[in-house]
Amino acid sequence: MNAPAPELPAPIGLLAELTHRCPLRCPYCSNPLELDKRSGELDTATWRRVLSEAAALGVLHVHLSGGEPTIRTDIVEITAHCAQSGLYSNLITSGVGGALEKLDALADAGLDHVQLSFQAVDKANAERIGGFVNAQAQKMAFAGRVTALGLPLTLNAVIHRGNIDEMDRIIDLAVALGARRLEVAHTQYYGWASLNRAALMPTRADVDRSIQIVETARKALEGRLVIDFVVPDYYATYPKACAGGWGRRLMNVTPSGRVLPCHAAETIPGLEFWSVRDRSLADIWTSSPAFMAYRGTDWMLEPCRSCDRKERDWGGCRCQALALTGDASATDPVCVYSPHHARIKALAAAEAGASADHAYVYRSFSSGDRSAP
Amino acid sequence: MTEVLRLDDVPRVPRGVRLRFDEVRGTHLLLAPERSFDLDAVAADVLGLVDGIRSVDDIITALAEKYLEDRAVIERDVIGLLDELWRKRVLDR
Repeated sequence: MNAPAPELPAPIGLLAELTHRCPLRCPYCSNPLELDKRSGELDTATWRRVLSEAAALGVLHVHLSGGEPTIRTDIVEITAHCAQSGLYSNLITSGVGGALEKLDALADAGLDHVQLSFQAVDKANAERIGGFVNAQAQKMAFAGRVTALGLPLTLNAVIHRGNIDEMDRIIDLAVALGARRLEVAHTQYYGWASLNRAALMPTRADVDRSIQIVETARKALEGRLVIDFVVPDYYATYPKACAGGWGRRLMNVTPSGRVLPCHAAETIPGLEFWSVRDRSLADIWTSSPAFMAYRGTDWMLEPCRSCDRKERDWGGCRCQALALTGDASATDPVCVYSPHHARIKALAAAEAGASADHAYVYRSFSSGDRSAP
Repeated sequence: MTEVLRLDDVPRVPRGVRLRFDEVRGTHLLLAPERSFDLDAVAADVLGLVDGIRSVDDIITALAEKYLEDRAVIERDVIGLLDELWRKRVLDR
């Protein structure tokens, strides 16, 4: 008994990971453990083609990301191409390195929005987390120039045990810098963050307090600052609809051109990813085996298959299901209906109790590549 | 905060927010950072009049004439829409 296949919606967002090179070394970086090297990065002409194809396919927002996207010498040209194609461009940047130098040209090229990361407000703490000295002053100068140019600014902070005590200071900083939006996202434990989980996991009490602070600030700052808040997975009752559902809303193009349904999808063994070097974006969206693998609900097992939430959270996150249960088709164990749920809760509690000075494994390129960044 | 948009406020679409017709989906959209708002034809009409010069009152007058509708009804709809967008930080005044 097969229901007719629902019409495939067009993707709304494209995460363009222009490079994995970055001056910062954050221990929760969302890039994969095996970073793409500079020599394997797509060239300008290919990015221009990909962006044109994205616009034709129905993509609305393009997130120019990395690594640090402003490291690319063609970042202005790529941004201009977004504007010419009608794409809304969002620069996701650390604000360090050469970012400030290129900002005016990016604004002239039609950049729509800037999302600037902060690791913490306290300078020493921020620079310890990012693994980069003098980052904070550069970020402050960068933020000032963004608002001086009239560009809308979003501040982004990834929250974990090392900065959860600074939640209210982060909100104050966003207001002081003239940001319209603040994104505070509790760490999602894939890749580097998974490796550093015991050093990053906050306690339940701290998480609850952080939620309280955000709720209060949202009301107080209505009309001035919008706060988007991603709650920590391991303490949740239901999973998040990862990337809005696998293969439903987002495409992620890696620096070397592989197209993923989410940035962590390569952690799932056996998936076949197609590359923009060989195929059009439309072809990849509709027919790539990786996008087909967990699209919709046909792949689901119990308890998802018969659950009335299955088209709300789409079974949660496949990468997390794999990482925590060994089976990428399992229900995300963050879900209260997963047989692994109690074990995940216990794991979070145990790791939150690890010693406060637990050392980070900083993000780095594999030892063979000392040339980058 | 219970402050509401007033009739003499002059709304404008700030940089980083764009009104666009989406050919692929056949709908009017308001594009903003990390989000987009689907607009029906009336909402698109309202936003089409937001130019940083017209006041809320001017916009209501123009639409009441266009739709030959009771001014009170138009006023409620226009203020409802613009006030919501202002609270979401995608409209300045």
